[in-house]
This record gives sequence, structure tokens and C-alpha cells, in this order.
Amino acid sequence: MKIVEIKKLNVKYGKSVVLKNINFDVEENDFLGIIGPNGAGKTTLFSCMLGMIKQYEGTIKFFGNNIQKSKKYLKNIGYVQQKPSFDKNFPITVKEVIEMGLNCSEDKINDALNQVLIHELANKRIGELSTGQQQRVFIAKALVGNPKILILDEPVTGIDTHSTELFYSMLNKMHLSKITIILSSHDLNAVNMLANKVACLNRTLFFHGVSKDFFNNDTLLKKYSESSMQKHIQNHKNGL
Amino acid sequence: MVFDILTYSFIQRAIVSGVAIALLCSIVGMFLVLRRYSLFGDAIAHSSFGGIAVGLLIGVYPIWTAYIISLSSAIIITKIKKSFSISGESSVAILLSSGISIGLILISISGGFTIDIFSFLFGSILLVNAEDTIIIILLTITILIVVLIFYRPILYSTFNEEQAQISGINVEKINYLLISISGITVVTSIQLVGILLISSLLVIPNITAILYGKSFKKTVLLSMTISTSSVVIGILFSYVLDITSSGTIVLISIIIFVVTVCLKSLGLINQS
Repeated sequence: MKIVEIKKLNVKYGKSVVLKNINFDVEENDFLGIIGPNGAGKTTLFSCMLGMIKQYEGTIKFFGNNIQKSKKYLKNIGYVQQKPSFDKNFPITVKEVIEMGLNCSEDKINDALNQVLIHELANKRIGELSTGQQQRVFIAKALVGNPKILILDEPVTGIDTHSTELFYSMLNKMHLSKITIILSSHDLNAVNMLANKVACLNRTLFFHGVSKDFFNNDTLLKKYSESSMQKHIQNHKNGL
Repeated sequence: MVFDILTYSFIQRAIVSGVAIALLCSIVGMFLVLRRYSLFGDAIAHSSFGGIAVGLLIGVYPIWTAYIISLSSAIIITKIKKSFSISGESSVAILLSSGISIGLILISISGGFTIDIFSFLFGSILLVNAEDTIIIILLTITILIVVLIFYRPILYSTFNEEQAQISGINVEKINYLLISISGITVVTSIQLVGILLISSLLVIPNITAILYGKSFKKTVLLSMTISTSSVVIGILFSYVLDITSSGTIVLISIIIFVVTVCLKSLGLINQS
């Protein structure tokens, strides 16, 4: 069953083309790794998929329905932002963050906290936690609504190595428990290890398919590295 | 002596109205403070000055015209802010100065400042009549019910607007709801502390409670306690000492804030 279908997606900011002719599907139980350099359009792609950007050409379907016709699909999505923005002095506990916006039982909250191994932090103020712990809170929040698909936008940015490893191990467990996952990342090793499908994005999609086909193909890997390096140099010139 | 004072019906009305307004300002002010909209209450209050002047000029009860002018100007300025990407502080400045300037012009047309205008500028809680008290209580109950119904989406969009939107909450509608509630709260509260001091009631008890609180619910309850205590003690003190009630209420809330800051800097406060 297709969870996501994206056809002929084009996004422009003024005259600048951010995404050009993007086409891909995500099947149920897929773990899709989206890789690409900074400014490749990964966050823009997610913003379109989550209904944050409405001005685009093409079609995005979730669970067979065009997302521009109804927002109901959002109830089945768990989303973790790159760096969730919130006031560090906001007087709110981990438990309150998880139940926020939802009507869920205490057991469900505890299950979600156990899944991300932070049960002991339930009553701590969220601003007191480390970035890695905060990111796990947001994963627990994404999980507590029983999503059919989990979308993570570079979730380990700014997180130490140990927490990153723990994080990836958690994602692997979630995938094994039949949750469809889309993860955007710079970390090729992690994507190679976790994802069964890969999408290489740099404004346009220059590969989409089985992970092994990408990582075992030296020509594709070289093309990706060159493209990333060019983008890196371009970003540097633009002062990004 | 305190019990004697409490037997006076005007003191009873002042305390009942004051407690209702304190509860209202606590809960609504908490969301404004956490959204970094602390001065928005001040801006609405100043725009209500224009509304009050309209009421006095055309001979309508000024609080009613203040509700209409404040609410509509708050909604219009929010719409302009969104459409033209004007910063929050700039929109506050526009709202604040336009209300005052319109008010001043209308007052000069109607023959200058009167006692009525001063009571709206500085509050006159000891003068609220039974009808005002009933209106204040009914508005408080209505707004608290609305906040209770929309508690989760208001809290979520205050904490993280983008995440709230992605979870399916219509953040724009929630923002307009909060602005409308804030407008009604501010104009209702003018009778307690006046236009010039209203933002203190929205901000100070909440800032103090945030220094203590760990969970949101506890912080709101603490803010309500600080706010109602300031109002009750302020009203009683002002009567006993024969000084202005609005200034006394605000000063007591400031004293509680200063004591909290001192205790916190000495490490004597653990967030709970």
C-alpha cells in the first residue's frame, strides 16, 4: 500500500527554483532516507508534505488522498522538527509536552516515554534537558498519537555521538515494529544502516530506489559527493 | 478591623469583582507572556482609551464602546501584522499610539478631561456597582469556559506554533481567539486598575509564577494565587491607608515579584 505519492512537485520562492520535478512513492513499512546537502530542499519538501507550504505545482497524496483537499491525514503523521523552537523557560514538564494537543491516557504517555528511554524524566521541566533528551521527548510526542508514518527532519543535528547512536537504535526498533519512517539526514552511514530506500535530493531528485542499489554503486556515490561538494562551495560563496 | 471592612457592600463588590478579574488576567496573561506578547495588553488598554472617549462623546456607557473599539483594532492590527510581516513590538506601538491619539482628539472635542476619564485611566474598583459586578463575573465565567474548551490548542500553539499547525490545529483561528479573549479581559479589567496599570496585572503575577513553577498547571495555579492575593490585600490596604487601590494592588504584586527574585538569587526557591 502506498502511504505517500509525490508527482511532478515543483516549488519556487520568487524566481528561484527550490524543488524541480520531484517524483517518488513511500510504501507501507518503508524506511526512506532522504539525503542531500544543506539547501538541497529537504525541509521545503517536508513543509510541502505537511501542508506548511501550499504554493506548489504537482500532487502530493497521503493514504491515497490529495493533501490539499483535507488536513485529516495529519492525524496519522508523527513529525519531529530539525530543531524544535520553544522558549527554554516555558514552565512545562515532559509529560505535559507529550500530552499537549492530544487526549491520551497516562499509560500511553508512559509507553511512549519508555520507548524512547526517558521515563525517569517525565516530571522534569523540558528546558532543563539536554538537546538529545529534548529530541527524544519530541519523538515520544510523535509516537503517542499512534502515527502510521514518522517524518524526521535531520533529528540528530546538534546531538552528541552517544545520543545519536541511541537515537538510531530507537528508530531501527520502531521500523521493526512496522512504523513507516521518512528520515532526512546528512549521515550517509546512518541512512545506509537504517533505510531500505533512499532518495538523493539536490533541488531535483537524482536517485530514488533501494538503498543497496545506491550505496553499492560507486558512480552514484561519486555523483552525490560531487553534487554535495558543489552545493557546499556554492553555500559558502553565498555566506550560508 | 478587617472583618468590619468586609461588611461594607462596596468592599464586598470590589473584592468579588477584583478576584474575578485577577483570575481572568492570570490565565489570559500567562498565554500572552509565554508568547512574548506581554505589552499587547497594554496596547489594547490604550486603544480602549479611544473607545472610552467615543462613548463619553456620544453618551453611551464608555466600557461598551471600549469593547468594540479595542477588539476591532486588535484584530485589524493582527491582520495587518500578518499580511505585511510587521514585528510584534511595532504592531503594539501602532495600536497603542493610535488609541491614545484618537482618544485625546475626541476628549478635546468633548470639552477636556473629566472625573470619568480619570477613573478609567487609574481604575475605580471601590466604585463598581452591583450591575458591573454581575457583568464582570459573567464575562469571567464565559472566558474561563472558552479557555477550558480550547485549552489544549491554545497551549500547544503557544508552546510551538509550527508543531501545533502540523498536528492539525488551526493556529490562525486560535490566535484570533486569544486576541479576542485578551481584548475582552483588558477592557473588563480597566475598572480594577485602569488603563495605565492593566498590563502589570497581566504580566507581573505570571512572571513571578514562572520563576517558581515547573509544570504549566502548577504555574497557572500559582499565578492565580499571587494575582488574587495582590488584589484582595491591595483593596484592603488601600481602604485602611486611604490610598489609591489600583496602585496598591500593582505595588503588592511587584513586592511579591521582588521577594521571589531575591529568594531565587539566594537559591532558596526550587521549582516545583
